[in-house]
Amino acid sequence: MDTGVTSRIGSKFRELGEQKAKGLIIYVTAGDPALEATGELLEAIERGGADIIELGVPFSDPLADGPIIQRASERALQGGTTLRKVMQALPGWRKRVSVPLVLFSYYNPILQYGLENFARDASEAGADGVLAVDLTPEESESYVQTLRKWNLDTIFLASPTSTDERLERVASVSTGFLYLISRTGVTGERKEIAANTRPLIQRTRKFTRLPLAVGFGLSTPQQIHAVEELADAAVVGSAVVRAIEERFSAEGAAAIEKYIRWLKQGTGSSPA
Amino acid sequence: MPKEQPAVTAPDARGRFGEFGGRYVPETLMHAIEELEQAYEEARQDPSFQSEFQYLLHYFAGRPTPLYHARRLSEHLGGAQIYLKREDLLHTGAHKINNCLGQGLLAVRMGKTRLIAETGAGQHGVATATVAALLGLQCRVYMGDEDMARQSPNVFRMRLLGTEVVGVSSGAKTLKDAINEGMRDWVTNVENTHYLMGSVLGPHPYPMMVREFQRVIGQEARRQILEATGKLPDCLFACVGGGSNSIGLFYDFIPDQEVKMVGVEAGGRSLHLGDHAARFAGGSPGVLHGTYTYILQTADGLISNTHSVSAGLDYPAVGPEHAALYRQGRVEYTYANDEEALEAAQILARMEGIIPALESSHALAEVIKRAPQAGRKKVFIVNLSGRGDKDLGIFQSAGIL
Repeated sequence: MDTGVTSRIGSKFRELGEQKAKGLIIYVTAGDPALEATGELLEAIERGGADIIELGVPFSDPLADGPIIQRASERALQGGTTLRKVMQALPGWRKRVSVPLVLFSYYNPILQYGLENFARDASEAGADGVLAVDLTPEESESYVQTLRKWNLDTIFLASPTSTDERLERVASVSTGFLYLISRTGVTGERKEIAANTRPLIQRTRKFTRLPLAVGFGLSTPQQIHAVEELADAAVVGSAVVRAIEERFSAEGAAAIEKYIRWLKQGTGSSPA
Repeated sequence: MPKEQPAVTAPDARGRFGEFGGRYVPETLMHAIEELEQAYEEARQDPSFQSEFQYLLHYFAGRPTPLYHARRLSEHLGGAQIYLKREDLLHTGAHKINNCLGQGLLAVRMGKTRLIAETGAGQHGVATATVAALLGLQCRVYMGDEDMARQSPNVFRMRLLGTEVVGVSSGAKTLKDAINEGMRDWVTNVENTHYLMGSVLGPHPYPMMVREFQRVIGQEARRQILEATGKLPDCLFACVGGGSNSIGLFYDFIPDQEVKMVGVEAGGRSLHLGDHAARFAGGSPGVLHGTYTYILQTADGLISNTHSVSAGLDYPAVGPEHAALYRQGRVEYTYANDEEALEAAQILARMEGIIPALESSHALAEVIKRAPQAGRKKVFIVNLSGRGDKDLGIFQSAGIL
């Protein structure tokens, strides 16, 4: 659904379209390895060439996530990172990067924060969109209304197992972009792109003109390139989180920037 | 709390019992859940499915179970007449087999070749492993490391039945973490796998479907108590983990306003968050594992760890239909602590020659508190949902044996 309001996410995809370029969306868990490190990491990820950053809010029971993001959530929670702390830090992070920021959370922390308070605080802090991984379109009515009121894009997931009827429903509540899961399963790196990614992209196109981003399992420039033959953007999550886990403490944010720069090659354009 | 509102008898089309229930899952699972709902609705109206289910309940599981008048216990407590619904006598030793037979047949009907399940005490895991063997399905059960250690006899039983038991080392290493891991498996293998949820939890249609497979407990008990005493009971008691044995006993009595019902949660060590699993005493509404219900959580919406001497009650959420019954005031929810449950188990063992599961012992503990205050004409039914052989190690480490 197009609300007519130009969001930062909408502008980003328009800009990419004008340059005939494809987008790189990077996921990072807020507070991993510590809340103080997140601002620095966001800057590095932007410098490396990310077009949009998904900021994961750690949750106690991340049932859609594989081991890498589970460990990141545990580290972040151990450091005391909560949705409230993320909201408090967000205005500072917003000043450090200009790319669109999407909050990526499980639904219960948002619900307990209070939908209205959450939408207001997120919007005022400079978030551009929200993705609640276990919120189905069927349960999202007041969530979508409230987030729209505060000009936040509502991003939902579509899966290879989604029927056409479901894709239409997902598309009808989404703004900003649609996040297509490349394969069934939890988050995590995979060697190959699933065969049903391509048909999913094609089926989804029938129901929306929104940009389509493909994620879950991507970890190399080649894979990014492959999905972007059809999609508008690729999302890389676990591979980046693993790079942070393995390299950040020893090599600092520069190593992460370099890693993003390497991934960026898959989009066919280099960072500004 | 408002009383005497019409009872919740079914969820609405969106799977809501009043405001509770619904579906909160990753999109990848939604199609499977919609398929399950449709398959269940068709099976429910299919006489051949029903007759196969009834056949297995009778000849394989051993239904109907007796409603046994515990005369020595009643005499000892000096008040109400106590009747035990002997679900502990079922094949595999607990009420869990009722639901597993139903869902197992449904999985076959849907063409699934693999079952997965979570288990806390291991009773649901054993029942799932049993049904998988019976129906020739592959089976994997997720169980927290902590629970594998404290309920090890059930781990061996599952393995002997040909099931792969996978230990879960995340979080508190108990039931909640086993469900997380089960959901991750399901989201990955959804095409050929049925998630055999063990309680009235999870996204719609599970809470309704599991209740329907467990209703037989209350249907039998209602008929049996009328035969035995010529009247309806005064009060029903059952322990509440996810809440399947309790809803199974309660459901067909809900319209009988004169029948009181008491659900007993795990009071654990204390009522500090993290020390218990008494959701109605210390929880608040939120979303966990696919459903909106009462959960134990922090102010930030993180799910709390729980503790109970009984692995089967050691879980931070309660079935959404219980949340609705709580709101309506139709069922009273209370809790018994670890010590009271251990004590109740010993009393039943010595008075009646029956060793109850520590889960069921929570319900007994409440009966032991209330029976002496009730008159001798009063009739209490308690769901003896499982047998206690699996708990001998816990008695040992508590210094009782």
